[in-house]
Amino acid sequence: MSIDVPMGTSERAASAALVRKMRRQDVIFAVVGVIVLVLVMSLLMALVIDLVHDGIGRINYDFLTHFPSRRAARAGVFSAWVGTTLVMFVTAFLAAPLGIGAGLYLEEYAPKNIFSDIIEINVSNLAGVPSIIYGLLALGIFVYMLGMGPTILVGGMVLALLILPIVIVSTREAIRAVPSGLRESAYGVGCNKWQVMWNYVLPSARPGIITGVIVGLSRAIGETAPIITIGALTFIAFLPESPVQGTPPFVNFDWLQSPFTVMPIQMFNWISRPQPAFHVNAAATGVLLLAMTLAMNGVAIFIRYRLRRALKT
Amino acid sequence: MAETSIKASEYEALRNNPYLRRGRLLSVVMRGILFACAALSVAITAAIIWVLVSESWIFFKQVPLLAFLTDTHWTPVFTDAHYGILPLLTATFWAAGIAMAVATPLGLALSIYLSEFARPNLRETLKPILEMLAAVPTVVFGYFALLFLTPLARQFIPGLSGFNLLVPGFVMGIMILPYIVSISEDAMRAVPMSLREGAFALGMSRWRMSMTVIIPAAFSGVTAAFLLGFARAVGETMVVAIAAGQNPNLTADPREGAATITAYIVQMSLGDLPHGSLAYSTIFAAGLVLFLITLAFNVIGFFLRKRFREAY
Amino acid sequence: MRTPATARAQVKDLNFWYGKFQALKNINMDIADRRVTAIIGASGCGKSTLLRCFNRIHDLYPGVRYEGAINLQPDGLNLVDKGVDPILVRLLVSMVFQKPNPFPKSIFENVAAGLHVRGIRNKTELEGRVEKALRQAALWDEVKDRLDKSAMELSGGQQQRLCIARALAPEPKLLLLDEPTSALDPIATAKIEELIDTLVHDVTVLIVTHNMAQAARISHYTAFMHLGDLIEFGETQQLFTNPRLGQTQDYITGRFG
Repeated sequence: MSIDVPMGTSERAASAALVRKMRRQDVIFAVVGVIVLVLVMSLLMALVIDLVHDGIGRINYDFLTHFPSRRAARAGVFSAWVGTTLVMFVTAFLAAPLGIGAGLYLEEYAPKNIFSDIIEINVSNLAGVPSIIYGLLALGIFVYMLGMGPTILVGGMVLALLILPIVIVSTREAIRAVPSGLRESAYGVGCNKWQVMWNYVLPSARPGIITGVIVGLSRAIGETAPIITIGALTFIAFLPESPVQGTPPFVNFDWLQSPFTVMPIQMFNWISRPQPAFHVNAAATGVLLLAMTLAMNGVAIFIRYRLRRALKT
Repeated sequence: MAETSIKASEYEALRNNPYLRRGRLLSVVMRGILFACAALSVAITAAIIWVLVSESWIFFKQVPLLAFLTDTHWTPVFTDAHYGILPLLTATFWAAGIAMAVATPLGLALSIYLSEFARPNLRETLKPILEMLAAVPTVVFGYFALLFLTPLARQFIPGLSGFNLLVPGFVMGIMILPYIVSISEDAMRAVPMSLREGAFALGMSRWRMSMTVIIPAAFSGVTAAFLLGFARAVGETMVVAIAAGQNPNLTADPREGAATITAYIVQMSLGDLPHGSLAYSTIFAAGLVLFLITLAFNVIGFFLRKRFREAY
Repeated sequence: MRTPATARAQVKDLNFWYGKFQALKNINMDIADRRVTAIIGASGCGKSTLLRCFNRIHDLYPGVRYEGAINLQPDGLNLVDKGVDPILVRLLVSMVFQKPNPFPKSIFENVAAGLHVRGIRNKTELEGRVEKALRQAALWDEVKDRLDKSAMELSGGQQQRLCIARALAPEPKLLLLDEPTSALDPIATAKIEELIDTLVHDVTVLIVTHNMAQAARISHYTAFMHLGDLIEFGETQQLFTNPRLGQTQDYITGRFG
């Protein structure tokens, strides 16, 4: 006796139809997925091409070495890129140690208690606070309450606060990826906690941490709103004092107190002008800005890629 | 005695070893410094709340809360000053709503595609590209919205103003897409393989499996992604400040321009704002409203995400 | 049989908890000076847990609790006393882990790590002690020409001997080995067993192993544990040939575990 029940032709056809239908569903969705991808990519391409098309012709030595001007053809981004560079310097100098310190504490030190939970919830909420709110914070506290004015120092500080959550989160991820065996063997040779962190855990997490700091800085470099809010000027026709000087002590921190403008503000300012000639300037600034951020992200992605490959081998 | 035997006070000697003492002290000091770094984040939040509330306090001493919430005009610098937040609020929600109308279907399709359909190699190439999209400065998106997409869209949409809510809303939708996709794709990929295998064993197609297993299983994580994305759109500044205009306008028509809360703050900050004036305090009152809205969405999103993580 | 040795450490009424779970129950045993003591038992019996009490590595994780004493002789320092700094304990008691875990640094830096921690900076002294430790660990001839190369380039067996050298360099009072050969091939295992045999001239060894033949080959004393209890403890020869308890008999003849 056979327990096989042979399928009738109609049943076989029905199941074949079902399989066909399922295949069709999958293919349709895969196509939809690809279409969405292509749509998003082509928008991104359109953005880049439009910007480059409008602005690339304007980028030359004069554009980089001229101050802004009322005449579009003579205006340049000198003060803007110098300002951006100096502000980024301050931001990196503040955000890196503070963010790495906080990330290290949360991942390796924080005891399991309410206060640690509060810090943790707080960090993830800070990541969601709109950037312009940070601008209001800096305006109310740094600019007026502490009387610091809209200086490079304040600009760097507000951007540092803004990217702090990014640095903290990526530091924590990088530290979490450090194998626990490394910690055990470091403690095993008699290291104290800080020695374990400084000599073993942080060096192992370094590529991941650097990636996070670069990603954070690339976000900061394009931030406009908080810098506008603290009252940075849009028309700066001078440079801050040089950070280096010919006489001892050779470094000079007066530049921290200087008013400033940055690339995205310069671009915003030119977009807001009615004359199309200024829009060309804006596009040129946008190309430079885009190139900077993409270059920084490219470096970050490259480091991460190398890191992933190193982990695999 | 053998060379490895302990001298009676060996442990004491270690304890009093000046080098080890310094090391212990440094370790304790560093712990304190690291704690201070972490605590700084709480101080930032506290400072944000304090600044917003104390400046708004000055504002609400002169403007009744009821008028703030019900007046349909926002004209703080006119001689006939009105302080109704509604025009700013509706414009904000219009723009963010349009962004979500774009980002929800695209985001869902992309995250399902990346998590369930795309081959690992393709995914590894696409994710960095999406990250690149997230890295484009918002002011560049603003340029794109105002000077490329709006002129283009005006050829197809009759009655579309040069400044409008539609185009910046659309651009914000594309802008928050990478953020939404990265969170919701993570949530989908966190669904255990065994659930997928169970569905395939029942003979489901990939598509059926995504709809009947992945989406329900990852629901709280995916919802969190969209709430967090919405909060982003609400707080986004430069795109709307550039392309939606800076004119407070209570409108039901997204083809018109209207200032959002963020655009208003930018506009006032660009002008000469005397510290301590009522006009100065308006940006903090507007900021407080913005902060509360984003906070609400972020908190809900945070707990949904946390619940999801605990489930798997 | 060698002459009976004095005790290097005495475990007295030791109890240990992970949170609410009691992993060690009332352990009492003496660790003989400059002898190899092996701890055997089925997985989950608490043998590694007991070993890890000796250098307080448990203290890295929250929710652990000790009761009783491990007295390091001759001055009777209780290693698991709350008032005793676990970091100083680890300066007295070295450990080698199950999987070779050299630091991602040079071979020299690996062996010198424990010396750096003690503040030894003098270059000649460092070089001398690194060489001595590498010789003790029977690794010197293989690595003497590439001390500045990364330790990660060594083979698994070499890495484990490097870890032993790292543990020996500070001249510990006790050397803990936590299943040191379980991740190694038979040839590398044999090398390490030989090495342990020569080490006991200088140092007291406490080894955890799941391999009974290994315990029989290399140890002078053996402790058999089951579910957190110390079932039987005695001279290895006697325990393997003529165990006092049926339970021990069952385990060593492979009837369970």
